[in-house]
Amino acid sequence: MDFFNSHLLSLILFTPTLAAALVMLLPKAQAKLLRGVALLASLVPLALSLVAWMRFDLFAAGFQFEELAGWYTSIGSNYHLGLDGLSLPMVLLTTLLTPLCILAAFSIQERVRVFLALFLLLETGMLGVFLSLDLLLFFVFWEVGLVPMYFLINQWGSKNRDYASLKFLIYTMGGSLGLLLAIQMLRMVVGTFDLPVLYQRWPSLDQSLFGLPIGTVKTIAFWAFTIAFAIKVPVWPFHTWLPDAHTEAPTAGSMILAGVLLKLGAYGFLRLVLPLYPAQAHAFAWVLALLAVAAIIFGAFAAWGQTDFKRLVAYSSVNHMGFVVLGIAAAAWARGTASAADAVIAMNGAVLQMFNHGLSAAGMFFLVGVLYERTHTRELNDYGGLFPLAPIYGGILIFTSMGSLGLPGLGGFVSEFLVVRGSWPIFPLFTAVAMLGLLLTGAYVLKAIQKVLHGPVNARWKGTALEIAPREVLVIAPLMVLIFLIGVWPAWLLNVINAAVSRLFG
Amino acid sequence: MTFPILSIIVFTPIVAGVILFLLPPERKALIRGVALLASAVALLLSVVTYFSYDIPQGGYQMVEKIPWLPTWGISYHIGVDGLSLPLVLLTGVVMFTGVLISWGVDDRPREFFGFLFILATGVFGVFVSLDLFQLFFFYEIAVFPMYLLIAIWGWQKTREYAAMKLTLYLFIGSVVALVGALAMFFASGLHTFDMLELERAGFSGAFQRIWFPVVFFGFGVLGGLFPFHNWSPDGHVAAPTAVSMFHAGVLMKLGAFAALRVGIMLLPEGAKVHLPWIIFLALVNVVYGALIAMVQTDFKYVIGFSSVSHMGLVMLGFASLSREGYIGSGLQMFSHGVMTALFFAVVGMVYDRAHTRDIPKLGGLARKMPLVAMAFIVGGLVSMGMPGFSGFVAEFPIFLGVWSAQPTVAIIAALGIVVTAAYIMIIVRRVFFGPMPEEFEGHIGDVTLLDKLALGVLSFLLIALGVFPGWMAPLVGSGVNSVMRLLGGA
Amino acid sequence: MFFDLQFILPEIGLLGLAGVVIGLDMSLRREARRSLGWVTAAGLAVLLGVAVWSALHPAGGDIVGGMLRADTLAASFRVIIIAAAMLSVLLAMGVEGLADRGEVYALMLVATLGMCLMAAAGDLVMLYLAIETTSIPLYLLAGYLKHDTRSTEAGLKYFLFGAAASTVMLYGFSLLFGFTGETRLAGVAQSIAAGAMPRVLWVAAAMLVLVGFGFKVSAVPLHFWTPDVYEGAPTPITAFISTASKAAGFAVLMRVMLTVFTPAVAPYWVGVVVAMSVASMTLGNVLALTQKNIKRLLAYSSIAHAGYALIGLVALSPLGVASTLFYLGAYVITNLAAFAVVIVVARIVGSDDIAQFAGLSRRAPMVALALLIGLLSLAGMPPFVGFVAKVFVFAAAVQRGYIWLAIVGVLNSIVGLYYYLIVLKIVYLYRSENEAQPLPVTAPYKWVLGLTMFGILALGILSGPWFDWAIRAAGSLY
Repeated sequence: MDFFNSHLLSLILFTPTLAAALVMLLPKAQAKLLRGVALLASLVPLALSLVAWMRFDLFAAGFQFEELAGWYTSIGSNYHLGLDGLSLPMVLLTTLLTPLCILAAFSIQERVRVFLALFLLLETGMLGVFLSLDLLLFFVFWEVGLVPMYFLINQWGSKNRDYASLKFLIYTMGGSLGLLLAIQMLRMVVGTFDLPVLYQRWPSLDQSLFGLPIGTVKTIAFWAFTIAFAIKVPVWPFHTWLPDAHTEAPTAGSMILAGVLLKLGAYGFLRLVLPLYPAQAHAFAWVLALLAVAAIIFGAFAAWGQTDFKRLVAYSSVNHMGFVVLGIAAAAWARGTASAADAVIAMNGAVLQMFNHGLSAAGMFFLVGVLYERTHTRELNDYGGLFPLAPIYGGILIFTSMGSLGLPGLGGFVSEFLVVRGSWPIFPLFTAVAMLGLLLTGAYVLKAIQKVLHGPVNARWKGTALEIAPREVLVIAPLMVLIFLIGVWPAWLLNVINAAVSRLFG
Repeated sequence: MTFPILSIIVFTPIVAGVILFLLPPERKALIRGVALLASAVALLLSVVTYFSYDIPQGGYQMVEKIPWLPTWGISYHIGVDGLSLPLVLLTGVVMFTGVLISWGVDDRPREFFGFLFILATGVFGVFVSLDLFQLFFFYEIAVFPMYLLIAIWGWQKTREYAAMKLTLYLFIGSVVALVGALAMFFASGLHTFDMLELERAGFSGAFQRIWFPVVFFGFGVLGGLFPFHNWSPDGHVAAPTAVSMFHAGVLMKLGAFAALRVGIMLLPEGAKVHLPWIIFLALVNVVYGALIAMVQTDFKYVIGFSSVSHMGLVMLGFASLSREGYIGSGLQMFSHGVMTALFFAVVGMVYDRAHTRDIPKLGGLARKMPLVAMAFIVGGLVSMGMPGFSGFVAEFPIFLGVWSAQPTVAIIAALGIVVTAAYIMIIVRRVFFGPMPEEFEGHIGDVTLLDKLALGVLSFLLIALGVFPGWMAPLVGSGVNSVMRLLGGA
Repeated sequence: MFFDLQFILPEIGLLGLAGVVIGLDMSLRREARRSLGWVTAAGLAVLLGVAVWSALHPAGGDIVGGMLRADTLAASFRVIIIAAAMLSVLLAMGVEGLADRGEVYALMLVATLGMCLMAAAGDLVMLYLAIETTSIPLYLLAGYLKHDTRSTEAGLKYFLFGAAASTVMLYGFSLLFGFTGETRLAGVAQSIAAGAMPRVLWVAAAMLVLVGFGFKVSAVPLHFWTPDVYEGAPTPITAFISTASKAAGFAVLMRVMLTVFTPAVAPYWVGVVVAMSVASMTLGNVLALTQKNIKRLLAYSSIAHAGYALIGLVALSPLGVASTLFYLGAYVITNLAAFAVVIVVARIVGSDDIAQFAGLSRRAPMVALALLIGLLSLAGMPPFVGFVAKVFVFAAAVQRGYIWLAIVGVLNSIVGLYYYLIVLKIVYLYRSENEAQPLPVTAPYKWVLGLTMFGILALGILSGPWFDWAIRAAGSLY
């Protein structure tokens, strides 16, 4: 029991890996067994993160459930885990989405065993990023998540998967390269990888390095970090890998990709960029804000112009993550200034948006997948008037789309409102333009719904069984419940987020 | 004097070789069995030695010293420290898996394993040598069996040429270094070849400046240092699988290790003076090797050039003259050794079944050989420096070290990583996934249990080191202490 | 007197043994004459033991009125020579035309006697006598196979070259005697050192003398006879010439150059010998590359090895002398091994072409292995004695600052490695139709191969005591 208490985070982190190993040992022909085991095993981290949630102390400063053990001591890196109000929602999101994705993946028929194992390994990678308090460990888990994703896209994806997967991998690795070099530099200068220590020492460092003034060095490092995370989020113009990757990935892959993987980038901004480079972040906040707004606007326009349903949802991710970045930019600018309170609001919105988007994007991709499995097309023009043929599906689709759109009463509204409210005093122009984007968001969502559900019934689908199945309802239901819950009573989540944000950025 | 475990490790292979030569050549099963037993013993003893090393105490342990040629101050002096012990373990692993992979050698297995074991003894001997003469003695024992192994059992098309080129190149390198060693002997005034004493000899600056390149480049030839790397790709490709495993996995480490022991540790001032050149050449290795690997169409040549690239990283770590750099180099020698052994094993398995190594002609092999595909992916991820695997654990400290020496070099070298990632992923996709050519249907079967065992051992080590660097990094760190002492103090 | 006799016991024994052999040759029946080889070999084995004993307990001074120097160097060379003779006799026992001829063994014994005297010679007259005692039987033996034109040619060529070389040498001796009035080497040395005469005389004498000695060791430019004679002569005789005779030649070379002409004429003769060494190594190795006949290849290889051994000489140091002595010992054993294999193969295959060695590794794996060991030792690979020998010789050069010479030697070793590997490639890689036919190895060859293999490995791995012996021998000159 004591082990359980003192190693809660390690258990959360590694039970997926153990589950993956377990799955690999089972016979590969027994698909039902494999799915069942994987699903049940993936519920364990969820249960554990709920335990962590229960035990989380809102009023304690710093990190909780910390674990520290020697890892690569020869170069000063340790196995250091911890949780605060910023990472707890992310962990919860991850452990929640994974079982749902596995449940969604029940429709995969080929090489089920490897698929499930890769998925579980991916979960460990994502959790590791959120839980790490050691920079090297952070990087390790950051990269570890790439390879399972590559294979998930490459092996189980659709037509253009080779191109999409390789682009995803090389793009992201390229970004990570800068991150790697910057981490190495940090280590050489400060002498440790430990984040809490870095938070204290790095910002106040003032001797010159490599013959350059410290300011220049920090700026270079700032940009290295920023670009790496910007690729992941993705921030316009580094987003070009995303539409292909999302579209070609199998349904479960897209769900987790949009649901969690994109959040890794935003988390990186919050955990590393803002605390370590406050001055540079402040100086370049306007750039971030500009790019965020570009993402919102262009993402929306691009989504509007799509005829492929999945690609539309992919661009909607660009659009929604733009709000996250806007919130981060506002916080970067206003932190420690008079507008700090607004920064906190914007930041709260950003983090909540991360959570919300995780839910809604996963939901949207899932629903696209549901339709695709039945119709084998993703072209919006191939659909039409499907509502009578699949009323329950239609209802769910409308609900989820509204959540994505930001209808008041549903979660998306709360987060977007907070972001806009917080950024308005800080970046009025950018925020105004962003709100225009909101309009466009509504446009493309409604367009999609209209094309799919409304209008004359497309004769092609008259005989097909289009209705959503009970298993699939089981997948989307938790998401819907949460979207609704956050919409009407956001406090349960916002309190946790706010506790961390106000301490970090207030 | 305690149990002479190191001597047993060194001489087990050659004793086994002699026994093999006494067996009748038709008893192939017996021959293979003896070979496997000997390699298992060597591996087991290496593992025992590895875990018996006392890290806090550090220094050279399990030392044995017997006078050999007293008039010359030459003794049979062996011992292991944090730098050589992982390499001893590596040799044991590669030897064992090499025997497993070579189970199918049907043309005179007796001679094959006999020569392979002579090679193994030479390699073990170099790693544990603490006497300069003895180092050369064992070093050259490791060179000449390569000729026979490649020329007789190698790839028909290029084996004679590659074997001769390899042998001559390596021999040139070693005898040039030998002249350097003789010069050191006479210049030290200590009238001894004992390396521990020579470390304290205090050679003059001028002497070191002249002789360091001679020794370093002499051994660097075997390490694949540009521009003397030319023998390596052809040699790799022409050699039979187990020999390629040994060649790239262990032999090239021999060169780097000897360059470190004899060049850097005995002539540290010379090393510092010639640093820029070494960094430059090592960098060329890394980037050029990766770029050339990318354009190859023969599967084995890709791996061969990739070895040149990775050895460049080892040399870069040496040239960084920093603690982290040396730790990284020490780890990289082990990690790359295991990885490349795994790669060549996979290539061998593919070739044995598909009878071609032409990448455009291969495809879809993962369906027939899933474990092989997975093993290759593991190796590929190591090669790319993917965290979670040993490649990252090794390459990261090297970069740390290079940062402190030359930041721009670190950035350029990092490009090599990206290029590596690209070609590895492309090859994985082309060879193991995608459509399988029709000629292969029905002809390609899965690999044998022994093959799987070998792949399993190698993959396990790569993952284990990646996830728990703690079982090797502190050991290497303790070995690096003596290097830093020599570099700092001198 | 008795003391003196003790030292020359082996020589006396040789003479006696020769007499016994001739006697037995006349009395035994035809078929039984094959056993003469065993008798000779056994006798030589005994004498070898005596020679070893006397090398370990040297007298250390002039004996027989100053004609001979009974020092460790002479004794050590004597060991090498007698061992070489013993093994060569064993080699002759399987060759038609030689095996059952008592003459052959007797001539070999007489030549051995001459060589032993050469090694110990302390006087110009004795030197010349010994050289001729060695050479004339060798001329006869080279041309012994009357019906083989190549053998006759070899014998004649050897004789003509040898006679010319020894004439020149004799003239050199006469100059020495003429200008010093001394025949004893020590006396000549003192005279030269006293510096009464102009140096040019001594230089001239040294050069002339070098011609003769250079011929004996087949160093460039006095090597021209070597390939043809080695190829044409019956192989056991080739083996004998290439090992024992060369060793004796070196003994004489070292003794005369280092005691008589050093330090007065040192710079001059050293320069010449260095040039000879470099030329021998290079020419020998380069020309060996293109050879198709194994005996010719080994001939050129032996020229190259003479070059390596000369490096030790020019070092002008105890280490140099010791390393040359050790080198010769190593070379003798190894060459005999190589020639043993050549004979074993040629007896069955019928020719000395290298191409005929194809498939040997499958036909007779142990014989192939012996050839492998022999050739790799010649190339200078550990753990064979050739490696240590080369290291010592190069060390002697480095010690004296002749780094460039060591480098030349080293580079030449690589060339050498190349052609040795080519032969091994043919042996191990190439196939032939005759692979299934067994290759019989008779008893004498088993002895030779066994002893030489043992020697190569033992001297290579446990070279300490042997090298110490060589150092002690070198002490005789310093």
